[in-house]
Amino acid sequence: MSQETNVHPGMNLGYTDGEREAEVKVFGFWVFVMSDLVTFGLVFAIFGTMAGATAGGPGPEDVTDLKSIALQTALLLGSSFGFSWASLSMKYHDQRWRTLGWLAVAATSALSFLIVEAIDFRDWYHMGAVPQRSGYLSALWALVGLHGLHVAGGLVWMAAMTGQILRYGLTDQIKSRVTRMGLYWHFLDIVWIGIFSMVFLAGVA
Amino acid sequence: MKLDDLKTRLMLDSRNEEERAERRFYFIGLILSVLLTVASFASVMTGLLPRAWIFPTLVILALTQIVVHLRVFLHIDLSRQKREDLQLLLFTILLLSIMAFGTLWIMASLSVRM
Repeated sequence: MSQETNVHPGMNLGYTDGEREAEVKVFGFWVFVMSDLVTFGLVFAIFGTMAGATAGGPGPEDVTDLKSIALQTALLLGSSFGFSWASLSMKYHDQRWRTLGWLAVAATSALSFLIVEAIDFRDWYHMGAVPQRSGYLSALWALVGLHGLHVAGGLVWMAAMTGQILRYGLTDQIKSRVTRMGLYWHFLDIVWIGIFSMVFLAGVA
Repeated sequence: MKLDDLKTRLMLDSRNEEERAERRFYFIGLILSVLLTVASFASVMTGLLPRAWIFPTLVILALTQIVVHLRVFLHIDLSRQKREDLQLLLFTILLLSIMAFGTLWIMASLSVRM
């Protein structure tokens, strides 16, 4: 409770209480992540039912540029790993700039991912592979777009965390927030494993 | 105090020991992820596998990589303190499987009948 009402940093009395509360919050965040997993899973299921519904329009072999997908995969994995390194700097060194440096690596990598993905979207648009063309394309845009929006949201969150670290330093509360953000970030990487394997690689196999 | 500083600098104290172990664990996770990803892309791009094998291979590689990510990056394991996280994850997967496979099954059956 004291953490909720006491937004002032560095005043967190009762260390064990704070720790227990942080754990409860992490579990609560897991519940959110799992509900998000259900959302993604069902959009995957819809994609599965639409996989063959190209209606004579552009199909998987037209929209899949494996080099671009490989690059996006590497960038997102790099971002996930950079975030882990930021968490470890926070956990073991308590150094603000070191943590911020790794957060910047994670953010740059994720931003590059979004740019490469946006280029793909633009190419699809130019070849007439727009969502309204076929059931397959609707499902493709919905699934890949939903993941992209999540990554964009994560970038906003990362910017907010950077601001908070600059303003308040690495307080217990900030550490707990960064931990939760880590769950979200690694979860998005797991969703991407599903997308590159099942949507793109399986599409052209 | 000075001895502690020296120990820290030489990475001799137990905290550094723990840190190194954790970093090594993340590195192993990263290497496994890269290998599994490369294997997925290679199975499609090299054309070494018979066509019928590619899809099952992709499914197995993706599931393996998901388990690696859950274990290394999301710290899911079988220890007692984390039992709740694991149970939540497994229950979600159960519900999701029922909904997702149910959808695929019904829609596939429907399209066969049409």
